[in-house]
Amino acid sequence: MEKRIEAVKMQKITKNFGQVVANKDVNLTVYKGEILSLLGENGSGKTTLMNMLSGIYFPDSGEIFVNGREVTIGSPKDAFDLGIGMVHQHFKLVDVLTAAENIILGQKGKLDLRAAKEKIAEICNRYGFVVDPDKKIYNMSVSEKQTVEIVKVLYRGVDILILDEPTAVLTPQETEKLFHVMRNMKADGKSIVIITHKLNEVQEISDRVAILRSGEYIGELITAKTNPQEMTNMMVGRQVVLNIEREEPVNPKPRIRVEGLNIVDIEGISKVKDVSFTMNSGEILGVAGISGCGQKELLEAIAGLQPVVSGSVKYIEDDGTEAELIGMDPRKIQEKGVALSFVPEDRLGMGLVGNMDITDNMMLRTFREGKKLFTDKRKPAETAKDIVDTLKVKTPGLETPVRKLSGGNVQKVLVGREISNAPKVLMTAYAVRGLDINSSYLIYDLINEQKREGVAVLFVGEDLDVLLQISDRILVLCDGEVSGIVDGRTTDKNTVGLMMTSLQKSDQVYEKI
Amino acid sequence: MVGIIAFIQGAIGQGIPLLYGCTGEILSEKSGNLNLGIPGIMYVGAMSGVIGSFVYENSVAGELNPFLAVAIPILCSLLGSMIMGLIYGFLTITLRANQNVTGLAMTTFGVGFGNFFGGSLIKLVDAQVSSISLSRTSSFFTKTLPFSGKLGWFGDVFLSYGFLAYVGIILAIVVAVVLKKSRVGLHIRAVGESPTTADAAGINVTKYKYFSTVLGCMIAGLGGLYYIMDYIKGVWSNDGFGDRGWLAIALVIFTIWRPAVGIIASFFFGGLYILYIHFPMGMVMNEIVKMIPYVVTLVVLIITSMRNKRENQPPASLGLNYFREER
Repeated sequence: MEKRIEAVKMQKITKNFGQVVANKDVNLTVYKGEILSLLGENGSGKTTLMNMLSGIYFPDSGEIFVNGREVTIGSPKDAFDLGIGMVHQHFKLVDVLTAAENIILGQKGKLDLRAAKEKIAEICNRYGFVVDPDKKIYNMSVSEKQTVEIVKVLYRGVDILILDEPTAVLTPQETEKLFHVMRNMKADGKSIVIITHKLNEVQEISDRVAILRSGEYIGELITAKTNPQEMTNMMVGRQVVLNIEREEPVNPKPRIRVEGLNIVDIEGISKVKDVSFTMNSGEILGVAGISGCGQKELLEAIAGLQPVVSGSVKYIEDDGTEAELIGMDPRKIQEKGVALSFVPEDRLGMGLVGNMDITDNMMLRTFREGKKLFTDKRKPAETAKDIVDTLKVKTPGLETPVRKLSGGNVQKVLVGREISNAPKVLMTAYAVRGLDINSSYLIYDLINEQKREGVAVLFVGEDLDVLLQISDRILVLCDGEVSGIVDGRTTDKNTVGLMMTSLQKSDQVYEKI
Repeated sequence: MVGIIAFIQGAIGQGIPLLYGCTGEILSEKSGNLNLGIPGIMYVGAMSGVIGSFVYENSVAGELNPFLAVAIPILCSLLGSMIMGLIYGFLTITLRANQNVTGLAMTTFGVGFGNFFGGSLIKLVDAQVSSISLSRTSSFFTKTLPFSGKLGWFGDVFLSYGFLAYVGIILAIVVAVVLKKSRVGLHIRAVGESPTTADAAGINVTKYKYFSTVLGCMIAGLGGLYYIMDYIKGVWSNDGFGDRGWLAIALVIFTIWRPAVGIIASFFFGGLYILYIHFPMGMVMNEIVKMIPYVVTLVVLIITSMRNKRENQPPASLGLNYFREER
């Protein structure tokens, strides 16, 4: 690392969106042949900064140098011409076109798909991708789409590759594959900037870490010489305690009893098979499992959003009276105090209305309350203000449409609303997906607070470390079946990991890596 | 036999204006611009051509120059619908006004434009009937292909139309091929499906939207001109073009955004449109038959959304305006 060549240098970059300062006097350098992690809390301006490098936004002031020459990047095309390509968090692909058509989009000259496919095959061989050039995008899994995005960028011969939260939607296995490819690209002399919130990934893949806070450049660290605690402190700007408390459940009573639940999806594939378990009040029941093995269906069935084939879900009052939730109107289930906060891949797809402001989104839950002719807007406004304050949602105001907030902030609003509802049963899925570490811990605290108040919590998580720290008991799902319920205090990562895959018919999927 | 041939001829003649409108609208919609101004633009295209040929006919005393008699109305028509297209494009693409509202306003305006100038010209000639006849110009537009009279039913069905009918069919095929096979077409489709993607890929979204929308308007406008100059032999009467523009938009959905399918489909719609004239069924039935194209379109909509094949869906960003820095 003695003779580093500057690939990109950004100097005194400032960008405002109306009243909001997204970036202020940011200096950032990317060297040739390195992987740089860009770290920062949600809304700290990481994506905005990279969007200016890739020509989506234009900086209000500041200079950008590429290979030592000052440049003006006015459009994505300019960026490509300079060898800069970005893979966005929300994929930029045309669904009805094939992979090959997407990859050659925006190129000049005669349309020659055959030649294009040859070039794609060559790129795939060089870096170890697998892409079917004739497959339509809408038939692809998230990880396949991401591969197409990366190939698209490489096809244009970029030297500087920007990846915006590439792992947020990938399984651990897919992430490993991606990292493998990234190392190949690095060995090929390309520079990579990766935006991620997962500190273990930062440590695994990157050479250097640059940190942003509230739109300002804070500093850089050599990955090998730092640790998660130091990185977090720099991101947040103060000492942060990185551990999740776990108190003993106080006076747990059965709250929800699921028995023999079977769910079949629209194509007739069995999603949940004969699942039985009990949720207790004042207890966090973690749910572990590879993504897509029935968590979503299970939660939705309890919330009354998913038809079931057979089985029962009983809601048990404190005095022992039981009520069957299956077949009940979702609204009635909600009124019983069963809250579901599900964070899907598309955060705005479920739960929030993008064009409405924070207050109105709060009202989605409360507008039926009261008997007055007009809806009550005062209480939702208070809730909204409360959430913005406690969860430190970065927003110009309560009147800002939710879609204008950055991804992590949108999520805080969603999770905050569900918790603010004072539920009896709280189900959260991927509550911290895409959230920075500080916000994640805020959410964990909120969930623990709910537990203390006697709420029965069902916590579906992606990060096993967190699951093991926060859960009292862990329900392990494998391919829609319960492979066991273990005590969160005594079990370890390996045991749970094995249980997650133990029912797997074959191990082919994992051998490929 | 004669009745059926006359019906087919009528159906094709009625179908050609729809085909022009449909081709133009598909081109526009593929780039994401739902142009509901097409009915009005077809009026403007027709009226502009009428004005052009009216001026030319009245400035020449003797024989008309065949080339000018054809070129002037066509150029005027293209110019008129191009201006309409540019207005629509400026409002929706540059100023990002709501496409539906803008389109409906363009239609109201276009129909009014046609009728206003139509009325003015009628006053100028001081005729007893409330229409203008441009039969001298029309005679060049209605010239059929050679041999059409000598080949029996074959000539009647296939060769007995003016050149604009064949131009319309060729245009539909060209647009289909360009959209499907060329890079320009790929880019237009990408813009209509996902402008953010297209933009990030370095495609000039604004340029492609303007190009498709304005060219689409110009093609549609020719449909109006064909109707006046060829189908009804150069007679303009106010509101004479009727609701064919809307039928053209329905046709876009009916063909599930495929211009080549539009050729047959437009003849089918044209046939349904005049079915009651050739096979009278009484007042009530006539009105019901006239509704069939719209009902068929609804049925197609239902079928395509049920089968849920992604290729048969409208362009994903149809009707939405694009602003790069929108968050």
